[in-house]
Amino acid sequence: MAGQETHSYDVVVIGSGGAGLRAAIEAAAAGVSVAVICRSLLGKAHTVMAEGGVAAALSNVDERDNWKVHFTDTMRGGQYLNNARMAELHAKESPLRVRELEAWGAVFDRTDDGRILQRNFGGHKYPRLAHVGDRTGLEMIRTLQDYTIHQKVDIFQEYTIISLLKNDGRITGAFGYDREKGLFKIFHAKAVIIATGGMGRIYKISSNSWDCTGGGISLAYHAGASLIDMEFVQFHPTGMVWPPSVRGLLITEGVRGEGGVLRNNKGRRFMFDDIPDLYKGQTSTDEEEGWRYTQGDKNAKRPPELLTRDHVARCIMREIKEGRGSPHGGVFLDIAWIKEKISNAPEHIKRKLPSMYHQFKELAGVDITKEPMEVGPTTHYIMGGVQVDADSQMTTIPGLFAAGECAAGLHGSNRLGGNSLSDLLVFGKRAGEYAAKYSRETTHGKINEDEIKEISTWALAPFQRGSAGVAENPFQIQTDLQEEMQKLVGIVRLENELEEAIKKINALNERIERVSCGGNRGYNPGWHTAMELKHMITVAEAIARAAKERKESRGGHFREDFPQKSDAFGKINICIKKDPAGNMEVKQIPKPKIREDLQQIIDEMK
Amino acid sequence: MPKVLFNIWRTNSSGGEFQEYKTEITEGMVVLDAVHQIQAEHANDLAVRWNCKAGKCGSCSAEINGHPKLMCMTRMSDMPEGKPVTIQPMKAFPVIKDLVTDVSVNYKIKKRIKKFKPRPPDAPDGTWRMAQGDIDRVQEFRKCIECFLCQDVCHVLREHHLHEKFAGPRHMVYTAALEMHPLDTEDRTRDLKDGHGIGFCNITKCCTNVCPENIHITDNAIIPLKERVADRFYDPLMKLFRKFSK
Ligand SMILES: Cc1cc2nc3c(=O)[nH]c(=O)nc-3n(C[C@H](O)[C@H](O)[C@H](O)COP(=O)(O)OP(=O)(O)OC[C@H]3O[C@@H](n4cnc5c(N)ncnc54)[C@H](O)[C@@H]3O)c2cc1C
Ligand code: SF4
Ligand code: SF4
Ligand code: FES
Repeated sequence: MAGQETHSYDVVVIGSGGAGLRAAIEAAAAGVSVAVICRSLLGKAHTVMAEGGVAAALSNVDERDNWKVHFTDTMRGGQYLNNARMAELHAKESPLRVRELEAWGAVFDRTDDGRILQRNFGGHKYPRLAHVGDRTGLEMIRTLQDYTIHQKVDIFQEYTIISLLKNDGRITGAFGYDREKGLFKIFHAKAVIIATGGMGRIYKISSNSWDCTGGGISLAYHAGASLIDMEFVQFHPTGMVWPPSVRGLLITEGVRGEGGVLRNNKGRRFMFDDIPDLYKGQTSTDEEEGWRYTQGDKNAKRPPELLTRDHVARCIMREIKEGRGSPHGGVFLDIAWIKEKISNAPEHIKRKLPSMYHQFKELAGVDITKEPMEVGPTTHYIMGGVQVDADSQMTTIPGLFAAGECAAGLHGSNRLGGNSLSDLLVFGKRAGEYAAKYSRETTHGKINEDEIKEISTWALAPFQRGSAGVAENPFQIQTDLQEEMQKLVGIVRLENELEEAIKKINALNERIERVSCGGNRGYNPGWHTAMELKHMITVAEAIARAAKERKESRGGHFREDFPQKSDAFGKINICIKKDPAGNMEVKQIPKPKIREDLQQIIDEMK
Repeated sequence: MPKVLFNIWRTNSSGGEFQEYKTEITEGMVVLDAVHQIQAEHANDLAVRWNCKAGKCGSCSAEINGHPKLMCMTRMSDMPEGKPVTIQPMKAFPVIKDLVTDVSVNYKIKKRIKKFKPRPPDAPDGTWRMAQGDIDRVQEFRKCIECFLCQDVCHVLREHHLHEKFAGPRHMVYTAALEMHPLDTEDRTRDLKDGHGIGFCNITKCCTNVCPENIHITDNAIIPLKERVADRFYDPLMKLFRKFSK
């Protein structure tokens, strides 16, 4: 190909987070040629930030746990919009995937009898999260990284994909540039796996890393794949609120799992004031019982602080709105109080929650073993994403697969904590396996030269525009997008605000036609952002449109104008696709049927 | 709020030079925030590597007023008042552009270290048993975020550029994590001595002092590894013993 380096592989994986690495390992094990392409350095993907743990019904701590309970918890958490087959596979296979990590060198915290220790987390009936203090993501990514480098996998670090390549309705590869020199590269592939993670950075307040711009979701959309559930964004209830520069940074749910409690400025544990019907049977109404639960008493019910994230986030918003918040616009999360219960509390806290201790000490000057933290909701996770087949993770485009946070289905309308890291492992593996299988049964498609020319011209346009007159600063547009999304498509949503959001997003879309950048092509963040904007705006629009379409409240999606759940909307997923004219088409599609035996399990455990 | 003066290293065709930028500092800002603000306001093409802005990924290593640090964990309020803040790339690695360095050598070194090799599972279901007390040390090593600040500050690499001969503190920590892993059965002692040049370390502890994860690199990783090497290769009694027990 003139002027561009072309690399050819059977399977190309985009992304080196947990999902991407697990997929690559599996594909390589199947004996096909594999490349991993990642925008950041290896081992630094967003997965590194995960704290609390990975959910798997190992039943090491509570022998009553099994895949059926995990399955039911996941479905209940997602308010039954989940793809039940995915929830089944996930619950059944996650214990295998976690044990496999141990065989590859991961060092999880231990039980007294030397097995993998598990902790409590919101929405999980039994202690289920395998963990390493509060740095589980680091342990996972390092284990996968150190394993991958000894497999037959080629890794392209700091390469960014800006478009998928297609010909005759099938995937032929991916197109991007290396950051160092800014040169275009073609990855010719029989199968492509998107494992690009989430999109938190399209919001102003977010717990996500730089990498999370929703890129892969947009790549798939522009290639013609269907997206589902894009209205379901998870706002984590406990982000830092002070100082401003760290606003949004996550405080792990593990703090509450270890006995941390939420209070308003009157000192009241306000979570006791509103317990949803679906959870009444398993939630304690007694502070003492709640404490015993966090300390492993199997007969105690869980405290309301460990209700699902959507609910806790909305309760916090209510307290703040009604004037019972903390000085900087949050509420109080207190773990220091446990000194009333245990003798060596400060040491215990530092050992169980080392990075939280560190984070507050370093960034806010707060000692969490002595004082409460100030916390408020932060954009955390997207349940929606690329629609995939439950077993194979193939999207609606032949040869294109998706796994991890960028794929949709497992979590329904709300994800349980810990269910993402397990999702990455279970479905990363499946994507790798099926992509390898697919690539074996096919040949390379032909690269369409016109497509390459078109993308290259588009990508270089910001350099041509110069900086005069109407030129737009890419960073300014990014900030404007984040502000609008935060304001108009946040935790509490309204029809007219969503309409306004769509208008604003369209206006931004026009502005990116004028975005310009200076300097040259080598490691130029201005240019990178200029290209990224298109993807961020696409994802933002999909979220806003889906949110407008779903006229009910469920899980992560709360409509002030439709505060109740609706049976009709409980039967459908919202599906987004690019129509032939290039517009965003929004459709309601019936949700996948639940197999009878699975329905039975749900009914039995209600 | 006060404006603060920054001297930031910018590369150009003849190498590079410090350039001055002024930006406004607000409460709680870290150095990386200031760099981003400068990037957005004055220098869109200013290259800086970062990911998490939470001290977890180890991407944003640089030298701030001459000290190797994570830009995202260095608070502006800790900078001396009224003085300009100098930011330059890590010195021990080749510069790609501005504040970004080429750290790929670390990935190559790691690949040369023998991988984890577990003993057969302890239980019929394919699982192992390990006591928490036996893994505390390994967990300390596994906190490493691969920021490579320790590699940057180690004089063997920084002044003497012996990347080919001495694996460096990060990789000593990595080796120690493998060697002290209760399940591991591989032997890396000879490699430590020969290929990875543990003898080059003269225990200055500079690496330990810069580690943002507070890993006791020298005391807990390097010294015990040195002892293993000494026991194996230099202790005459041990040598004799090994001969007879073969
Ligand atoms: C602070 C925090 C704590 C969390 N804690 C937990 C927890 O305790 N338990 C849990 O289960 N979940 C947790 N999560 C959620 C979980 O960490 C993420 O959902 C998960 O890590 C996503 O992994 P991934 O493999 O899908 O993608 P990521 O880890 O985000 O990786 C994406 C990869 O894609 C690459 N990429 C993206 N776009 C492109 C492109 N265009 N070209 C090339 N490469 C690209 C990136 O460089 C990166 O390598 C947490 C999330 C946050 C923010
Ligand atoms: S203690 Fe050893 S490894 Fe650490 S800086 Fe000094 S010489 Fe380098
Ligand atoms: S040992 Fe410490 S300083 Fe060295 S790379 Fe790891 S975290 Fe960074
Ligand atoms: S950006 Fe991740 S450590 Fe600084």
